[in-house]
Amino acid sequence: MLALLALHAVLGTGAVAFGSRLGRRALAVGVIGPVVALVWLAAQLGRLLDGGSVDEHVSWVPGLGIALDLRLDGFAAVMVLLVSGVGVAVFAYAARYLPATGEALGRLIGLLTLFSGAMLGVVLSDNLLVLYTFWELTSITSYLLIGNDHTKARARAAALQALLITSAGGLAMLAGFVLVGQAAGTFRLSALLADPPGGTAVTVGLVLVAVGAFTKSAQYPFHSWLPGAMVAPTPVSAYLHSATMVKAGVYLIARFAPAFAATTTVWRPLVVGVGLVTMLAGGLRAMRQHDLKLLLAFGTVSQLGFMVVMFGVGTPEAVTAGCVLLVAHAAFKAALFMVVGILDHETGTRDLRELPALGRGWGLTKAVALISAASMAGLPLFLGFIAKEEDYGALADARFSAHNLVLAGTVLGSMISFAYSARFLWGAFVAPARRPPDPFADAHPPVDHAHTPAFSFVLPAAVLAAFTLVMGLFPSLLDGLISAAGRSLDASAHGVHLALWHGLELPLVLSGVTIAGGCALVAAARPIGRVLATGARVPSGSDVYVAALRGLNEGATRLTGVVQNGSLPVYTGVILFTAAALPGAVLLTSGSWPGWPRALASPAQLPVAVLIVGAAVGAAAVGRRFSAALLLGVVGYGMAALFVVQGAPDLALTQAAIETLSTVLFVLVLRRLPDRFERRPLRSRLGLGRGLRVVVAGTVSVTVFAFMIMASSSRPARPVSAEMVERALPDGHGRNVVNVILVDFRGLDTLGEITVLAAAAIGAVALARVGRRAAALAEALAEARGIAPDLPDGVGPPATAGGGLVDGGGDGRPGSAPSGEVAP
Amino acid sequence: MRPQAILELSVRAIFHAVLVGSIYLLFAGHNQPGGGFVGGLVAGAAVALRYLAGGIDEVRSLSRFQPWTILGAGLFTAGCTAGAPLLVGAPVLDSGYLSVSLPVIGSVKATAALPFDIGVYLVVVGLVLMVFEAFGDEPEDDAPPGVVIANVEEHGVEP
Repeated sequence: MLALLALHAVLGTGAVAFGSRLGRRALAVGVIGPVVALVWLAAQLGRLLDGGSVDEHVSWVPGLGIALDLRLDGFAAVMVLLVSGVGVAVFAYAARYLPATGEALGRLIGLLTLFSGAMLGVVLSDNLLVLYTFWELTSITSYLLIGNDHTKARARAAALQALLITSAGGLAMLAGFVLVGQAAGTFRLSALLADPPGGTAVTVGLVLVAVGAFTKSAQYPFHSWLPGAMVAPTPVSAYLHSATMVKAGVYLIARFAPAFAATTTVWRPLVVGVGLVTMLAGGLRAMRQHDLKLLLAFGTVSQLGFMVVMFGVGTPEAVTAGCVLLVAHAAFKAALFMVVGILDHETGTRDLRELPALGRGWGLTKAVALISAASMAGLPLFLGFIAKEEDYGALADARFSAHNLVLAGTVLGSMISFAYSARFLWGAFVAPARRPPDPFADAHPPVDHAHTPAFSFVLPAAVLAAFTLVMGLFPSLLDGLISAAGRSLDASAHGVHLALWHGLELPLVLSGVTIAGGCALVAAARPIGRVLATGARVPSGSDVYVAALRGLNEGATRLTGVVQNGSLPVYTGVILFTAAALPGAVLLTSGSWPGWPRALASPAQLPVAVLIVGAAVGAAAVGRRFSAALLLGVVGYGMAALFVVQGAPDLALTQAAIETLSTVLFVLVLRRLPDRFERRPLRSRLGLGRGLRVVVAGTVSVTVFAFMIMASSSRPARPVSAEMVERALPDGHGRNVVNVILVDFRGLDTLGEITVLAAAAIGAVALARVGRRAAALAEALAEARGIAPDLPDGVGPPATAGGGLVDGGGDGRPGSAPSGEVAP
Repeated sequence: MRPQAILELSVRAIFHAVLVGSIYLLFAGHNQPGGGFVGGLVAGAAVALRYLAGGIDEVRSLSRFQPWTILGAGLFTAGCTAGAPLLVGAPVLDSGYLSVSLPVIGSVKATAALPFDIGVYLVVVGLVLMVFEAFGDEPEDDAPPGVVIANVEEHGVEP
């Protein structure tokens, strides 16, 4: 399994890197992944149908209990079938849909392959944290795929929306995983579900996991990213946003529900409630759409709601029935998206008010659309019907309060599904032929250059439609796989026997009611449309998203205004005071005073101490910056002298070297600042400011002093330094203990420190260049004024020193722009 | 003879001695006072001497490489040394030890810490060079940047 995932990663990155050279052949490279996955799945199928599973274990981060545990069981097999089966169809379809050339093609195909691998990772992971990793990988690849046309602002915004919503949900899910995993004592999914933990923390964790699943599977109120994602190329929409990625959330709910639905009280009301609302609201939105792709997108939202209901209920029958729905939906929704892509590709529009009448040569496409839409509507003879029958039966038999209410809700939702399926078919294929000639034909030139689609273009969709039809006619072909999937979710699930005719039972009656109600909805389309039009006034999920984003930005602006007021003294004051006051408070409450240390260890310390204190006071008192810097240098050299007196030549050497350099660099920088302080720290006339400074300085010095004395005298454990001194020569092969610590024992710290040094150096250069650019700008401005002395103020280029911070552009620009503008 | 010329000459004489001293500190550091950090600082002090004598142009003429190249090379060396043990299956930063007996010099002990220390040395030297590059050139007489920044603080970014 690991090899399979690695294969996807290699193929995907290869296609992204060399895609521009491969051209359309990149597709042949990309499709290898799903094909190999299908072949491998077929090889394992016998064992899976007997109820077995395939496990793999590779140690990854043993310290944290993270291992690459992979597990293929019945339900994972269904998901692999969807991901790779639909994947092959989508790759074949993309070969005709996408333009043959361009760098974008290789990138798109590579990303599709990477996504396919990540999705396989999600369904094959048996470790929660590994699952989370793959989960976020699907979010990232989806972000890149939605934003594939990165020159379009709309595509970028939609991609960002999808990324923000799904990855925020992913973070909630991660927190949930940690809570649940800690309570269970294992992050291994199969072990955790076999012996589910309980308690408040687990309940909170499950709610968080459910939120993550809701964002990924576009459940209300997090659904808004899915319709937005329709800016992606159609193969991407057909693959990610109908058949696979959005099923990740459903997958997660399916895994968790059997273990927790009965024992955790909030699970069913939350998950089933959200699913029902999504199913109904998404369906109603679908009935309003004119863009066929948006219609299908909202239809997907609605169907995902249905699946969340089925899996969320969590009874053995319900999850088994949910598996049928999962397969049926993937087949018909991918095919329908492909049909919309074909229409769009050949006629140039997918608006059902503008589509032209389609003549000969479209028979196969129409048949595919008819079969798939009928399956979506739940008509007999198609797989969607079988799925709906199973679902109704499972809900009717479920043993929990309000199960009849849930059943009624799903029947109502299915009527709406029927209605928007009919709207799709009618709008795409029937209405254009019956439409009277447009009186405003000049304003809206009719699209009449409808090419007929090539056979190979329709073939992938036709294969999916054939699957829908064959499985609808002979559903018992799926018995083994669905039974194995149901058993792997809930060991107590019985095998299923899917059949077209179960006898005159409640599910059949409900199917009849659904179809009759759906027909009524279609017949009453006009009045219902008027009612639905009021839905435009209800704030949509996108509005909520935009409002939330705007609120976040405004809040951040306000907070920044308060916290970052731009005054260096205030910053340092706050930092120093916090650093001193917090440990100081702890010392006051819990520390014990060990008594004064010996005042003077050796007579040589006295003159050094006097020098240090004198220089420090002088640094605070003098009026010139230059003198203050030099006096600070004296303090530093005094420290070096103290080290010498105490017998630490190594530290003294370092201290002296640092002091030398920092004084020189200090002076360099000071040349650019005014010669004198505007306010001298110790002679300020401002009473309050001066008082505050003294308080901060006093707190810092007293805390540091007390801390040093108390910390060095209260050492219950053996100091770590002793061990380091002992081990320096035998382990580190060095006699200079300080150096051995720096480069060996604490090497990682040093690596971090030099990285910080590098960042600081880059920052210093950048900071200095901002100032230099501002100066160049001011000079250029003065020059421009000199050329055209009668130029009124304000006409010249804006001398924005701050512009340098915002615009990281080239150095030459500020100098060259003015002359161009001023030239007569 | 100008006083400046005396300074320039003596600095040139001292410079190389200080540089050699810094390299000695770098290599001796494992067993005696010194090490990459101190060595780098001493080399930086040597650069500062050249700056006092000849300004930023003289500092720039010291090396064919840009300061940030030196800095990056140091970070790269240290990072590679840290990651190298992974190649032989040991944990990150695991240190190796090698004792070679050379014909003239005699027995030389080398630890994996030495290239790491060289990296630290280069980072410190690169840092010093970069700060000179950033702040070392003469501030313009007519519009010193400090004044421009102060004006912006008072009046905002509008002219």
